[in-house]
Amino acid sequence: MATALIHVPASAKRGEIIQIKALISHVMEPGYRRTSLGAVIPRDILRRFVCTYNGEEIFRAEMYPAIAANPYFAFNTIASDSGTFEFTWSGDNGFSKRETVAIKVE
Amino acid sequence: MKRREFLVVSGLGTAFGFASRAARATPAEEKEAILRLTGAAMVKQGRVTLDLPPLVENGNSVPLTVSVDSPMTAADHVKAIHVFVEKNPQPFVAAFHLGPRAGRAVVSTRIRLADTQTVVAICEMSDGSFWSGSADSVVTLAACTESE
Repeated sequence: MATALIHVPASAKRGEIIQIKALISHVMEPGYRRTSLGAVIPRDILRRFVCTYNGEEIFRAEMYPAIAANPYFAFNTIASDSGTFEFTWSGDNGFSKRETVAIKVE
Repeated sequence: MKRREFLVVSGLGTAFGFASRAARATPAEEKEAILRLTGAAMVKQGRVTLDLPPLVENGNSVPLTVSVDSPMTAADHVKAIHVFVEKNPQPFVAAFHLGPRAGRAVVSTRIRLADTQTVVAICEMSDGSFWSGSADSVVTLAACTESE
């Protein structure tokens, strides 16, 4: 199972812009490579990454084979309320992974 | 490797040599992909900055940061950032959807580059306008898209 590494500040001031970093282990097989015998290696990529903050979507990425293995994203958001960030990755072969991280906003 | 196996491999290599060349996107395909996104709207140069290393040793993982000059308010913010390349097997790299809650329109990721080429980012603003920026990168070791 894929492991995800997420970095969200544990606490922030209200209205502060915080950076969120998310990394997940995945081969991101592009589907263009061949084995030594010429057979195409089937595509196996993540296609979508969504981050919600207290249920509201704040960032979404659509991925193509040109995203490097172990997809990494860094993006920003305004810390508005204490609550949870939910991260979901989905992709080929029914891949789905969900993680949550809590934040305290003062 | 046995002799027979070697023959199979080398034969296939020649046969697919042409096929894989054809499977590579062209600048025309990139233009078409961008047109499909923007439609009839004008794409203006500026406001979008790409931070991409000018010289890449390994095309399998190239750090890319796209920043857009925008106040990110409810009235004026970045809706989406689309990234395109001209010489990978397909022109699409990624699409990022943001909103006024982002605070700052800066997104980082890592991409694959199959050749020395220009990376283009098209930014869609909340008022419907499109802005673009680009960066060149020289790739010494291409991302392995064609063989293992």
